[in-house]
Amino acid sequence: MKLNRGIRGIGGKDRKRAEVAEITGRVMKYAEEIAVEVRRLLTRRHFFKECGVGLGSIALASLLGNRTSACAQQGPLAAKAPHFEPKAKRVIYLFQAGAPSQLDLFDYKPELVRYNGKPVPQEIAKGIDYAFIRPDAGLYASEFRFAKHGQSGAEISDAMPYLAGVADELAIIRSMRTDAINHAPGQILMNTGSVQFGRPSLGSWVTYGLGSETQDLPAFVVLSSAGGLSGGASNFGCGFLPTYYQGVLFRRSGDPILSLSNPRGVTRRMQRESLDVLKELNERHLEVTGDPEIATRINSFEMAYRMQESAPELMDISKESKQTLDMYGVTPGKASYAMNCLLARRMIERGVRFVQLFHEAWDHHSEVVKGVRSQCKQTDQANAALIKDLKQRGLLDDTIVIWGGEFGRTPMVESDPDAGRSKGRDHHNKAFTMWLAGGGVKRGLTLGQTDDLGFNIAEDPVHVHDLHATLLHLLGFDHERLTFRFQGRDYRLTDVFGLVVEKLLA
Amino acid sequence: MKRRFLQLAIMLGAAATAVLQSSASEHWAFVAPERPAPPAVKNAGWVRTPVDRFILGKLESLNLSPSAPAERTALIRRLSLDLTGLPPALSEVDRFVNDASPDAAERLVERLLASPHYGEKWARWWLDAARYADTNGFEKDLPRPIWPYRDWVISAFNRDMPFDRFAIEQIAGDLLPDATLETRIATGFLRNSMLNQEGGIDPEQFRVEGLVDRVDAIGNAFLGLTVKCAQCHTHKFDPIKHEEYYRFYAFLNNDDEAEIEAPDEALRSKRENITREIARIEDDLMRDPDLPRRMKEWEERERNSAGNWSVLAGATAWGTIGAKFIAQDDGSFLFLGDNNGSYIFTIKAASDLKRVTGFRLELLADPNLPLGGPGRGADGLCSVAEFTVEAAPANSSDKEGAKRIELVAASADFEQAEMPVKNAIDGEQNTSWGIDAGPLRRNQSRKAVFVAKQPIAFDSGAAFTFQISQRGDGPPGYRPSIGRFRLSVTSDEAPQADPLPERVRRIIVKTENSRTTEDRREVFRYYRTIDPKFDEANRRIDALMKDWGAAPTSLVIAPRETPRTTRIFRRGDWKRPSDAVEPGTPAFLHPFPEGAPKNRLGLAQWIVDKRNPLTARVIVNRVWQQYFGEGLVPTPDDFGTRCDAPSHPELLDWLSAEFMESGWSFKHLHRLIVNSATYRQSAVLRPDLREADPTNRWLARAPRFRVEAETVRDIALAAAGLLSARIGGPSVYPPIPDGVLNLGYGSPMKWETSRGEERYRRAMYTFWKRSVPYPSLLVFDQPNGDFSCTRRIRSNTPLQALTTLNDTVFMEAAQGLALRVYKEGGSDDAARMEFAFRLCTSRRPDASEKQRLMEFLRSQQQYFSGRTAEAVYVTSADLNNIPEGVDLHRVAPWTMVARVLLNLDETITRE
Repeated sequence: MKLNRGIRGIGGKDRKRAEVAEITGRVMKYAEEIAVEVRRLLTRRHFFKECGVGLGSIALASLLGNRTSACAQQGPLAAKAPHFEPKAKRVIYLFQAGAPSQLDLFDYKPELVRYNGKPVPQEIAKGIDYAFIRPDAGLYASEFRFAKHGQSGAEISDAMPYLAGVADELAIIRSMRTDAINHAPGQILMNTGSVQFGRPSLGSWVTYGLGSETQDLPAFVVLSSAGGLSGGASNFGCGFLPTYYQGVLFRRSGDPILSLSNPRGVTRRMQRESLDVLKELNERHLEVTGDPEIATRINSFEMAYRMQESAPELMDISKESKQTLDMYGVTPGKASYAMNCLLARRMIERGVRFVQLFHEAWDHHSEVVKGVRSQCKQTDQANAALIKDLKQRGLLDDTIVIWGGEFGRTPMVESDPDAGRSKGRDHHNKAFTMWLAGGGVKRGLTLGQTDDLGFNIAEDPVHVHDLHATLLHLLGFDHERLTFRFQGRDYRLTDVFGLVVEKLLA
Repeated sequence: MKRRFLQLAIMLGAAATAVLQSSASEHWAFVAPERPAPPAVKNAGWVRTPVDRFILGKLESLNLSPSAPAERTALIRRLSLDLTGLPPALSEVDRFVNDASPDAAERLVERLLASPHYGEKWARWWLDAARYADTNGFEKDLPRPIWPYRDWVISAFNRDMPFDRFAIEQIAGDLLPDATLETRIATGFLRNSMLNQEGGIDPEQFRVEGLVDRVDAIGNAFLGLTVKCAQCHTHKFDPIKHEEYYRFYAFLNNDDEAEIEAPDEALRSKRENITREIARIEDDLMRDPDLPRRMKEWEERERNSAGNWSVLAGATAWGTIGAKFIAQDDGSFLFLGDNNGSYIFTIKAASDLKRVTGFRLELLADPNLPLGGPGRGADGLCSVAEFTVEAAPANSSDKEGAKRIELVAASADFEQAEMPVKNAIDGEQNTSWGIDAGPLRRNQSRKAVFVAKQPIAFDSGAAFTFQISQRGDGPPGYRPSIGRFRLSVTSDEAPQADPLPERVRRIIVKTENSRTTEDRREVFRYYRTIDPKFDEANRRIDALMKDWGAAPTSLVIAPRETPRTTRIFRRGDWKRPSDAVEPGTPAFLHPFPEGAPKNRLGLAQWIVDKRNPLTARVIVNRVWQQYFGEGLVPTPDDFGTRCDAPSHPELLDWLSAEFMESGWSFKHLHRLIVNSATYRQSAVLRPDLREADPTNRWLARAPRFRVEAETVRDIALAAAGLLSARIGGPSVYPPIPDGVLNLGYGSPMKWETSRGEERYRRAMYTFWKRSVPYPSLLVFDQPNGDFSCTRRIRSNTPLQALTTLNDTVFMEAAQGLALRVYKEGGSDDAARMEFAFRLCTSRRPDASEKQRLMEFLRSQQQYFSGRTAEAVYVTSADLNNIPEGVDLHRVAPWTMVARVLLNLDETITRE
């Protein structure tokens, strides 16, 4: 708090009142700064109450008397109310890492056919950076066929026939843009709002803001199929937020959560007996030291024990109907993107707040047709199934589904015989496509236009920050008020940017 | 009415501005600390060091009384964990508990401060702020050699290097007049920035990002100032102007990013011997009376052998797989960033020579390449598979006219055995020109000359397209690609590569009189290799050089010969440079030291200038934070106008003054704190304090907190008797769960699990991969090294519980502890139980604890009797290596007990 000397020395309530008075005094000219200050006061008080002192006292209370309340999620992950009535409570983010070609999926450009093979006009391409191609590369028309689908008439190529079947559920944004043209910074920007590493991810912010609705599973779960991630674990890291809000990676094989299984030879009963002794000894030490943090630790161990049961139960799809499995295209026992989609739904059902799927497979510098086709084969059916499944279970109304990569791909061909590349597309950040569905999102919408060659946005640009602001809005947050103080600054997901895209709202 | 309101608003605005400005310049942290007198206290008998007066004074004013001293066992455990990061050995506990002398604790403190593990513990503290990691970050996240920097930090703490020197060496160790290999290694602090090697990147963009990170790291680690907030605009809260950010940045913008050899003492002395021996041989040769004549003739001969070459200026260059170059002022291109393939470089350039007979390719040494280049291989080498040229008249409008030039002869100043330069024009991609001239000679510029069959003669001059392909193999990031190159053309008849190395050529154009002794030696060193009379001596020298040996390398900073111009980036965007700025420090702080150079050295001196109001306070505060869980200023990363007010401002200033006046001695600072009565209090939360001071801001008791990630693991391994005491060296690879590394981009990095002692090194030596941090350390909040971290979060999660219960390393520790207890713990189970409990907590269990544990033991004994398979599973980490000479049915129950004990809150808590 910035205090002038007049205020220093006043204590307690008076001091706070004086501070507020001072703040009020600056209102006219320093509206923006005051907003920051007030926000900071609020967040700090909120944070300490929820996560600091409060945590201990709640835990202590639970230990000293009311044991049953220990089962409710407490402390930093306690369920919290957002700033205003939310449209959605949960998120499933289908991250298509590597950057899918919007020109072969959603952004139909007949003009490209006309100019196929011709160099991109210099007035369009000048001053633009490319990762791999030369600025004089030829244009490349999509080899996929496009048609309009559903009542909304959304244009989707024949690479995604299943998605076409749920076109009326989608809000397709053809006018996304981003600042990065390399994968790691691009993924980090899309997931954390900054090209620089070290910021909390979207899932962390949401979990920080809303807390958890499950005591038996992590609040923010990450699943991955296909290749390793350019942005690595920072894509779902918590940055400077407390570690509670970090995404927990569920693994494809073996234990879904690291160290979930007991060591060889230790049965569940032995685990329980061990935890009973541990708990009793910890409780005794709590009595001696009075440190509430011990109560929290006891809770952590108990939650770990419950997780050992609930995580395998979550992963066990044997009770899913054949119809469901077929709808997703899941083969039991086989890790796949489709399996992850099904698991995402099961997680949402069990109170997981934010599920993020990573599928790093779309970096088609060569043979984009083959690549897109093959990735659609692995993902299209499951994407559509997820939407249908959520809908039939009544979950789609308050779950947001997001689909998209870190940027898009060029209208120009990437071809480099020396590197063995042909008929590919390079990274493109000026325009690309994402889609949303579910809680609070306008159905059957296609937002935005690109120019005739699909190069730049012609209408309704949506920057990554705008998307973030909109997502937070749907979850009940004013993106400018969901902040965390770090190194003297109140950071937010949208940095100093972001506008809620009203047109996307239902 | 409205107008009056407006007027009022303007007046208020002006007043508020004045308030803001005056409050900034008078902000306590921006005024240098003066040493306050420790306050008088009523209970003077409680005071042990001056620290206590400040703490007690405040407590008395609040009507709070301090807590009783901690039990001896608690105190030795606390001291050991705080000073060395390790729990005390039981013998040490006994010795301390039974030491009746009044200065027992002080002597214990001295012993711990003298332990080499002290350096490890406090190095790790610093490495958070220094954002240490073993990989480059970003997508490729390849391994980087920088552990010698970590060793340097450990050693600096163990030597109690004064903090001012500590700062100067890390920021400007290379610029010191007495710079050594060590002080150069210290600049690794700056190199801990991440480095992007993703395909297709612009290397300059990420060089700039690296600098931004360095500004942030210096601001955070040394100044507690969020300088980075001024990258895009003038700081919103602190008086740092946008321009001042770039003046600060300018200090760091004049460097090369080098990778140098860091031989250890033994190798260094071996090399010194070899060098001495060679010098002796050369001295002998130089006494040859006929030498001056022969050398003179040779020089005459070579004087004009360099040829007449025109550098192809204004060329454009690109490469396959997105390779991009930084064009240098001398017409050369520097290749940085991704380096994971077999590249083909394409260069387009025009020459106005009307007749071109040959082409010269120079492979240039550059400080930004491994060991100085000229290649990007680990040893600074590269090779050239093919060199081709197409030419067209310079005025032809399309490429149609371009014709492939037939190259008929090749020469080079050096050819590696079996890799002659003619391989570069033989049309074969899998034969190359190699330039490895062996240690000491390999990292220098090389050149090859290629002769056209027919001169290229166009009236308008010629437009050339060159292609240079490279096919060498090497470890990821260290493919032997060309690092820096330049192309030239000539009209000379039958051109040849100048046989002389560049530095020899530069000397022989000087007159005899203007050459230094070192110049003469340099010329002779080359000359002897071509004089047949010296064949035998050369062979002897070559034989000596065989023992030269390979050294580890380390990333360092080196001053750049030609300085860069630093420009303000509008909105922080590197693509929008505007006005040029000179290096300088923010105006609101103390002035730049008089006479100090305007470079990194001056900057470092400014940072540790005693007039600097921030540095000492920031460091003292972070040390305090380490001991008490929270700093005197709770925001260690922000001492700006928005920082939280210090709990004990006078104590902070007193300690800062004392720290500086003690000669910036960390050990002195530690003594002041850990010998205080404040520090020695019990950590038990008294009922009255629960209400009066729940956050322990006033320190009427010692804090109690979970130890740091590394210590969680070290405690387990130490209790098991497995922990290695080795200090320093390269990072190690303890077991990592299957599949974890798949998360990283590309093919998962090779993780060869360390064997033997290396498997059980202290956690701080665990190989730290930024994109996939080691799971059991990350889960306990070890920062991932992406940015400078001065306050670790201390979380308490179920995933931590799963880790210490079930992770391989922790189970191995339980198994080790069980065996140890079973073998060494005494004659009966009760004695063993006590032994096991003490190994984990340093204290003896009380009767009820013991009883409960014995109960558990008995139930486990019942379970395992007759269950052989289960007993083997539970006791053996490796089924091919089952513990011998013990009855596993009887060890197994102890494994279960050990596992419980290692998971006790108390075991992983410092209290």
